Amino acid sequence: MEVEAAKMIGAGLAAIGLAGAGVGIGIIFGNYVSAGIRNPSAAPKMFGNALLGFALTEATGLFSLLIALIILFT
Amino acid sequence: MGFLISKAFAAEAGGHADDAAHGAVHGPLDQFEITPLIKIFAGETDLSFTNSSLWMVIVTLAIILLLTVGMRRGSVVPGRLQSISELAYEFIANMVRDNAGAGGKPYFPFIFTLFMFILFANVQGLIPSTFTVTSHIIVTIALATVVFIGVTVIGIVKHKLRFFTLFVPSGLPIALVPLLVPIELISYLIRPLTLSVRLFANMMAGHTLLFVLSTFAVSLSGFFVLPALAPLAVTSAMYGLEMIVAFLQAYVFAVLTCLYLHDALHLHDH
Repeated sequence: MEVEAAKMIGAGLAAIGLAGAGVGIGIIFGNYVSAGIRNPSAAPKMFGNALLGFALTEATGLFSLLIALIILFT
Repeated sequence: MGFLISKAFAAEAGGHADDAAHGAVHGPLDQFEITPLIKIFAGETDLSFTNSSLWMVIVTLAIILLLTVGMRRGSVVPGRLQSISELAYEFIANMVRDNAGAGGKPYFPFIFTLFMFILFANVQGLIPSTFTVTSHIIVTIALATVVFIGVTVIGIVKHKLRFFTLFVPSGLPIALVPLLVPIELISYLIRPLTLSVRLFANMMAGHTLLFVLSTFAVSLSGFFVLPALAPLAVTSAMYGLEMIVAFLQAYVFAVLTCLYLHDALHLHDH
């Protein structure tokens, strides 16, 4: 197999890891919204925590995106 | 479509031979290149003043300018700059109070400095054709290592040998100690790595994404102007998201520093 082709396939495989981050972010904001509907007065307090969880979850997905970019562009 | 993508990626696929043929063809990762502005050598060591150093100096000067000019008058009814400085101060002061707990107050200046530096560096990097300081792992890992060593030293000075009970979760059965202590130890030692990679990966991935998306708009506008507005709109939306991410990553870095500090100051007793 050519190296270029193998690189593209490898980068595509590495990007699959982002699916996990998508699921995680969906769970965080879905739960934040459903909790906010049940108890609207507590929602503003929890927004900071939701953002923190979003950032932590997104970072794990970005690790795999980073691997994909490194494979693709170096 | 295939042609457009191949054109967009021509810069990287063709390699450096292509670059020479077209003159200034940029790849998505060229924006992260460090170039020395003033060459300084101490023996074998390269101490050059690079574009990275230049932007770090600019970021620091911008923070000093904002805070000194903003707080010069110190009026009861704050003006625009004074409100920004006061908002930032109160935001971090509240965060340190909530997350680091009692005894975290002496470390407020350090955390405020850290937050302002990362925030300004991230936001400044979004200005087109500037250089993002925090998109290099060497910068973020230096910041994270300072936090890690500082927090560990604070913990050991405060608690002496009792500091090492941090690695033994409270209420743990004796049988599980040999299993869990190595895990706790590894998760403690890996902190500077996760802290720095989170910031650097976010910045680098965001900027690369913006570059690739805007390349679509540029290569499409050569043929049809109207459809090129679609990638342009997506790029603008991503730019907005990147601004949120720039703030969020600075916030997360500061919050995690506070949480680590809380661990070192209070061990397990909350």
